Amino acid sequence: MNWSYAQNIITGLVSLVKGMQVTMTTMLTPSPTVEWPSETAPLPPRFRGHIMLVADESTGFARCIACGACSRACPSNCIQVIGEKPEGVKKKSPTLFQLDFTKCSLCGLCVESCPVAALAYSRDYALAGPDRQVYSSMDLLTGFASPLTEQCHEL
Amino acid sequence: MMITEISILRTLLTIAGITLVVGINAVFVVWLERKVAGHMQFRLGPTEVGPFGLLQTVADGLKLLSKQIIFPSSADTPIFILAPIICLIPVFVALVPVPFSKTLQAHELDIGLLLVIALGLLNTLGILLAGWGCDNKYALLGASRAVAQILAYKIPLLLCILPVILLAGTFSLREIVVAQQESMWFAFYQPVAFFMYLIAITMETNRSPFDFAEAESELVAGFHTEYSGMMFSLFFLAEYTYMFLASAIASILFLGGWLGPILPGPIWMLLKIYFFLFLMMWFRWTFPRVRVDQMLTFGWKILLPISLLNFLITAGVMAVL
Repeated sequence: MNWSYAQNIITGLVSLVKGMQVTMTTMLTPSPTVEWPSETAPLPPRFRGHIMLVADESTGFARCIACGACSRACPSNCIQVIGEKPEGVKKKSPTLFQLDFTKCSLCGLCVESCPVAALAYSRDYALAGPDRQVYSSMDLLTGFASPLTEQCHEL
Repeated sequence: MMITEISILRTLLTIAGITLVVGINAVFVVWLERKVAGHMQFRLGPTEVGPFGLLQTVADGLKLLSKQIIFPSSADTPIFILAPIICLIPVFVALVPVPFSKTLQAHELDIGLLLVIALGLLNTLGILLAGWGCDNKYALLGASRAVAQILAYKIPLLLCILPVILLAGTFSLREIVVAQQESMWFAFYQPVAFFMYLIAITMETNRSPFDFAEAESELVAGFHTEYSGMMFSLFFLAEYTYMFLASAIASILFLGGWLGPILPGPIWMLLKIYFFLFLMMWFRWTFPRVRVDQMLTFGWKILLPISLLNFLITAGVMAVL
C-alpha cells in the first residue's frame, strides 16, 4: 500500500475535525447581534446626533439668547435663528430655531461657538421620517416653553 | 371481513401518521437548519415569527403556497409536473418499514432494508426528470451531476450496509435492532462502516459538501432552477424527508434504533435521528463544496476500496468464527 495515500486520508480527517471544531465553538459563543428595535446597542458617551437646545434648569425655558453665533459659525448654513426681547427682561429669546439637518455635517462648530452653552448633541440616532420636511426644517424649539408666550410650542 | 377492515384502518393510520411525521419534521428541520446556520455564522437565525421563530417555516410555506407556479414555455410539461412527485412519493413510502419502537411500526417487512434502498434510488430519477423536463442548461447540468454522483456513493453505501446485514443475519429493520439488543450497537463492531455510511448519506441526500445537483454558486439552483411556488417546496420537502429517512436508517443500523435506557423507545429513536440530522447540518455549514472530479475520485478511489475491504474482512472473520 502506498504510504502517502494513507497519510493523505489521515491529515484530511484531522483537518475536517478542526474545521468542525471552529463551527461548533462559534455556535456555542453567544451572537453579538442586538435585536433592534426591541433593544438598542449602548451609545458611546460622545455620540453626535443632531443638535438640540438645552433647557435652563430654573425656568424651563430654552437657554438660548438668540445671538445668532451658531448660525454664523455654521459652515453649511443650516441654522436659522430669529429672536425677540420680551418686556422687562435683559436677554433675547428665540422665536424660531430651525435646523436643516439634511445639510448639517455634524462638525459641531455651533455647539462650540455658543456663548451660553445652550446647544448640545441629542442621542437620537434612529432617524426616519415620512418626508423630507421632517429633517430639512427641524423645529428645535418644539417642546420648550417660551417667555414670550408662556406656552408650549406645538409640533 | 374483519381482517380487511383492520388492514384498511391500518393503511389509513399509516398514511396519516407518515404525513404528520413528514410535515412536522420538515417544519422543524428547516427551522433548525436556519438556527444552526445562523449561530455558526455569528447570527441569530429566525427570531420573529412565533417563539424562537419556530413558526417561520409555516409562514414561508404559506407564502410558497400562494405563489404562482410558472411553467417554462419550452418545458416538457408532464415530466415537469411528475418530477417533484417522483422525488417525494418514494421517500414517503420508504418510511413504512421504519420501526420507531418494538411495536410502533407501520408495516413489518422481512426485506424492509432492501425496500428502503430501492426506493432511495428513485430520488435521483426525480432529479434527473426535473433537470431534463424543464429545458434549462443549469438544471440539466445539475441533474447529470446527480446521476454521476449516485454511481460514486451508492456502491460504497451498500458495501457499508452489508457487514451490518452479515452481523444481524436479516434484512428486516426491526430484527436488526433486536439483534443489537443482545450484543452491542453495531457502530462499535463496525466503526469504519459507520463512518463511511455517514459520508455516503451526506452524498445521498445531496447536501454540502456534496450538493452538486443544487450548487447555488455554480448552477443558479441546479435541478430545481425553473421550479417555483409549491412545486419547488415539494423538492424541499423531499430533501428534508430524505434526510430524516437516511438518519433513521443510520440510527437503526448503527446506533441501535429505539434501544436506550430510561426514556421510552420512540423518544430514543427521535433523539438519534435528530443527532444525525444535526451532524449533517454541521457538515453543511462547515465544509465548502468539493469539486466534481474530487468527489468522484473520493467515491471511487477511497470510499469504494475501503468499504469493500471492510466488508471482506467482516465476512472473513464471520466465516472463521
